[in-house]
Amino acid sequence: MKILALDSSGLVASAAIAEDDNLLAEYTVNYKKTHSQTLLPMIQEICRMTEQDLHTIDGIAVAAGPGSFTGLRIGSATAKGLGLALDKPLIHIPTVDALAYNLYGCGDLICPMMDARRNQVYTGIYQFEGDELKILTGQAPKGVEELAEELNVLGRAVVFLGDGVPVYRKLLEEKLSVPHRYAPAHANKQRAACVAVLGLRYMREGRIETAADHRPDYLRPSQAERERQERERREQEHAGH
Amino acid sequence: MEDVLILAIESSCDETAAAVVKNGREVLSNVISSQIALHTLYGGVVPEIASRKHIEKINQVITEALDQARVSLSDITAIGVTYGPGLVGALLVGVAEAKAISYAAGIPLVGVHHIEGHICANYIENKELEPPFLCLVVSGGHTHLVRVADYRTYEILGRTRDDAAGEAFDKVARAIGLGYPGGPKIDKLAREGNPEAIVFPRAKLSDGEYDFSFSGLKSAVLNYLNGCHMKGEPVCEADVAASFQRAVIDVLVEHAIHGAKAFRMDQLAIAGGVASNSSLRAAMEEACRREGIRFYHPSPIFCTDNAAMIGVAAYYEYMAGTRSGLDLNAVPNLKLGER
Repeated sequence: MKILALDSSGLVASAAIAEDDNLLAEYTVNYKKTHSQTLLPMIQEICRMTEQDLHTIDGIAVAAGPGSFTGLRIGSATAKGLGLALDKPLIHIPTVDALAYNLYGCGDLICPMMDARRNQVYTGIYQFEGDELKILTGQAPKGVEELAEELNVLGRAVVFLGDGVPVYRKLLEEKLSVPHRYAPAHANKQRAACVAVLGLRYMREGRIETAADHRPDYLRPSQAERERQERERREQEHAGH
Repeated sequence: MEDVLILAIESSCDETAAAVVKNGREVLSNVISSQIALHTLYGGVVPEIASRKHIEKINQVITEALDQARVSLSDITAIGVTYGPGLVGALLVGVAEAKAISYAAGIPLVGVHHIEGHICANYIENKELEPPFLCLVVSGGHTHLVRVADYRTYEILGRTRDDAAGEAFDKVARAIGLGYPGGPKIDKLAREGNPEAIVFPRAKLSDGEYDFSFSGLKSAVLNYLNGCHMKGEPVCEADVAASFQRAVIDVLVEHAIHGAKAFRMDQLAIAGGVASNSSLRAAMEEACRREGIRFYHPSPIFCTDNAAMIGVAAYYEYMAGTRSGLDLNAVPNLKLGER
């Protein structure tokens, strides 16, 4: 089984092709250039290098949120276009789960954190049990202090990774009472290889969707929706008095 | 010669659209998924919501366009996609989708300028129309007087200095309680009003004979409403709508006719969402008849944002050898005629 995988959820743009237990190619760039200009040329390059016939790919896995709204849509629209043209299914991989997969086999808790602005991170708490990635707390936007408190209650050593680390490291140091470390450069950002490996798993389990149905999972409403909901809630409260 | 089939994709604002166009002028399908009902809740287009809707609908819209045209991707000669101007997040969905299809299906890609698409909409139903001609582009985001010298050669004679004509319609509609979108609502209400009831200003710009300005007019309408309110006088919304609309149309028609005469153009076209306005069409038609100028306009379905017009523009680009790379990016402020 062969998977093409994409991740453009954060600052990193990454594309990979994996076939069963082999990673055939991975191209990851962490540079301030718009994913709109880099992602498809990167896909083209790894396919050219590995002489892919695109039609032999079984599915397209995409890191489908959370992340930068625009970044997610570039990845999703690219995956949807490929899926439409090749008539292949898509595999929707939660971004934070894929980040956690960077630390396969780690005995401690794994805590990816992506900068979500507004003093929050997209985060989750994971641990490996044998071959299985167990989700202790599912991916969600969360305040860093609340996250630190949750980890303190769990009372176990934890490894952090993700682009939220440099932003909130100081605050973490202040709030954490459990032993903690930070993953090194090769394993602390989004990598499409992780999306591909999870994608292979999902696909074997039949967890696929059509390219038409696929949409990213932003984990947050748009600002306009949030403000409207807030306004309606206030109006209801007002009417209740 | 073999038929040239363009699959066109448009997502620059709040319509997700795809179309198949044959040999530049024959529309085989024109599918538009409008989000207008959703944005009405917010009184205007919300960029993030528009972008989210595009990604939910885009594959269905493209598949529908291919199905209605009774073709498959393997029949398509080239893919045309709007890459600017527009809302960047919205544009990116169409651009990323188009690039992926282009790459995976091995079909050449042609990036299209949204306003050039609007102008090209005139070719669809007017088979005899060919450049040179003058075109007035009026929409919610744009007000341009353009000299179309050749199929791909555009010269902007005038543009708005502030609000687009359609934007002024939206703002005035909101002020008199009509809601969004303002254009069609004002057009309808104006039919019941007296266009000479209130005299609103027609802006003349000393340093740009073809440029437009609508913010002063908008302020005059708001001041008028405010004045009535202060004095406790009743407001006749229909008269306000008709008088405001007349002021906009007078300026649009005057500039367009002036330009056509100055550049010795015997053909004048209108394009863009506001080109659906019935009073604008009537006034333009009458003025052109008086001056012996042939007048062209697209049907309303080709005035609103649509992909058929993008397919027409892409055809002429494709035939001229234009090809876009897989690094094509959305350019929210893309200039007309920029290559």
